[in-house]
Amino acid sequence: MTASDTKPLLRVQNLCKFFPVHAKGIRRKVIDEVRAVDHVTFDIQPGETLGLVGESGSGKTTCARTILRALSPTAGRVHFQSEDGEVELSSLSEHALKPLRQQMQMIFQDPFSSLNPRMTVGGIVEEPLLIHGIGTPAERREKAADILRKVDLLPEHRERYPHAFSGGQRQRIGIARALILRPRFIVCDEAVSALDVSVQAQVINLLMDLQEEFHLTYLFVAHDLGVVRHICDRIAVMRNGKLVEMKKTEELFSNPEHPYTQRLLSAIPNPDPDIPLRPILEASEEEELAEAKL
Amino acid sequence: MSDKAPNENVIEVEDLRVDFPTEHGLVHAVAGVSFSVKRGRVLAIVGESGSGKSVTAFSILRLIQPPGYIAGGSIKLFSQKEPPIDITSLKEDDDLLYHLRGGLVSMIFQEPMTALCPVYTVGNQICEAIHLHKDVTKKEAERIAVDMLDRVGIPKPEIRLRQYPHEFSGGMRQRVVVAMALVCMPEVLIADEPTTALDVTIQAQVLTLIKDLRKELGGSVIFITHDIGVVAQIADDVIVMNQGKILESGSVRQVLKSPVHPYTRGLLAAIPSLSQRGSRLPTIDSIPGARDIDLTVPLHTLSDGRRVALPTEKIPATTT
Ligand SMILES: Nc1ncnc2c1ncn2[C@@H]1O[C@H](COP(=O)(O)OP(=O)(O)OP(=O)(O)O)[C@@H](O)[C@H]1O
Ligand SMILES: Nc1ncnc2c1ncn2[C@@H]1O[C@H](COP(=O)(O)OP(=O)(O)OP(=O)(O)O)[C@@H](O)[C@H]1O
Ligand SMILES: [Mg+2]
Ligand SMILES: [Mg+2]
Repeated sequence: MTASDTKPLLRVQNLCKFFPVHAKGIRRKVIDEVRAVDHVTFDIQPGETLGLVGESGSGKTTCARTILRALSPTAGRVHFQSEDGEVELSSLSEHALKPLRQQMQMIFQDPFSSLNPRMTVGGIVEEPLLIHGIGTPAERREKAADILRKVDLLPEHRERYPHAFSGGQRQRIGIARALILRPRFIVCDEAVSALDVSVQAQVINLLMDLQEEFHLTYLFVAHDLGVVRHICDRIAVMRNGKLVEMKKTEELFSNPEHPYTQRLLSAIPNPDPDIPLRPILEASEEEELAEAKL
Repeated sequence: MSDKAPNENVIEVEDLRVDFPTEHGLVHAVAGVSFSVKRGRVLAIVGESGSGKSVTAFSILRLIQPPGYIAGGSIKLFSQKEPPIDITSLKEDDDLLYHLRGGLVSMIFQEPMTALCPVYTVGNQICEAIHLHKDVTKKEAERIAVDMLDRVGIPKPEIRLRQYPHEFSGGMRQRVVVAMALVCMPEVLIADEPTTALDVTIQAQVLTLIKDLRKELGGSVIFITHDIGVVAQIADDVIVMNQGKILESGSVRQVLKSPVHPYTRGLLAAIPSLSQRGSRLPTIDSIPGARDIDLTVPLHTLSDGRRVALPTEKIPATTT
């Protein structure tokens, strides 16, 4: 084993993304900022699945998008182990980033708006190959058919448009599109949230199979803690732009330390009707204090 | 009104059929479904994507989009304020239909943006809903709106009231839609995946709210979801649908704790749980018999009251 094998695939250091808040009026003076991602630091090992959980608006999507440079960071560093060695993403030019984008893909939260409604499913799935100039048209079609089969869509679905599919099917189209470039790092942003349990189980199995087959590394953003617990090796809990706790999955569930984590875990509905939901609905004083200290 | 509803059911659906003509022929989205919603109870409808859950719900409000149509069966509403209404036979311009949609039954839609108008403030929209059903002053309506936004967990509701939907995050918009449906104090609330887009803490808040309000108002709820955890926590009764048919129905304990139909067992097995961590999840197809669904088999009522679509010889003796 060489040294680079044991290096993290991704090292995120003090990553920040602040959005300006503008005043009303023509000059739109900046009067404040939203600290969507506020000094976030973590590593992901190759082949690992890191879960990122937290309430709505806590900054999960922004964090993921900033890592992938879909947004430019306000501050901080993101070191990525590319196929040709380590690169620091936050300082790269758009031009230098383009070849790296093949290796990092994102599967989106919203299956309704992330697919181009005027393209056929075949076109949508093949497009990344086209953008990166990979293969002949016949090869691209072959690859698309292959990957669509993997996500359990039929070959005849290729000619249809996204509106003709259910939410679950659209999500699988998005996954096929992300996978076709055979990336090494994938961010799944609520990738299975819109799916019913049967399809969800298939997609989770698919993601785990692909992880094994291609040694993929996932950052798995989700609000379904049951799913997160099932597939993640470690979990990071985010609140108001900051990581408040990060642990091995079992440890987090058996010994949540931060009051917010405790509140989050208390809100998971148990599929056994005899185990009633007893959510801690209000932030405790302890939690407010912990927050103020951060 | 003196003539009280004749039975404990608020909604009775009999052999409902809904068809959609498509280029590949007729799609039987709902293919003969019978069930009732008991007063003051929560009925959950579960099933895979495309099984006909939303179409069933839309039928109750007569909101099937043409070219789709109700091809047969009946839906009756037994309101506490009105004589029984035969929903399926109402004319499109019948006043009762408006009354039904706005007051007696209200619906939280699967896609929240369709329910909010981008050019009016959130406050305007909630207050309008209140004015439609209640004779209150503007001030009073605003107070109710603030209270309801507060109850669905929107911080600083007085300020949020003056904002437009696009200034809200996705989860917050969904909470506004929930608030709007609840201010009408409907006798039946139909909630189509109302918490799918919400994080668990907010989901728990919304579930608690729906439960509380049901207790307060005595209304009934039809809750469509694919989250079995949510079903276990909120429902009294459960219907399992597949391909436009009911495969199994019963109390939440019967269906979740001792399912009879192999399909139901498959559905439950697919939920990620602690014991299987990191392993491949069973899918419905991997459960023996779960996909051998004979859609021609009628529902049998078992001695304990539950219904299951299996031939008698396949029903385990212990449950008959
Ligand atoms: N383009 C933007 N301009 C201004 N503020 C933004 C922008 N994008 C996100 N924000 C703000 O940043 C914060 C974090 O948003 P983000 O979408 O990352 O949350 P999230 O954790 O993904 O939530 P959800 O679970 O609802 O998807 C929110 O307060 C949001 O309003
Ligand atoms: N406008 C339409 N035209 C043609 N077919 C339709 C239309 N609307 C619904 N259907 C069909 O009716 C069936 C039932 O759809 P429905 O929306 O009720 O499913 P669902 O159980 O709510 O699924 P989901 O969990 O994905 O919301 C599906 O097979 C769908 O393709
Ligand atoms: Mg997000
Ligand atoms: Mg639906």
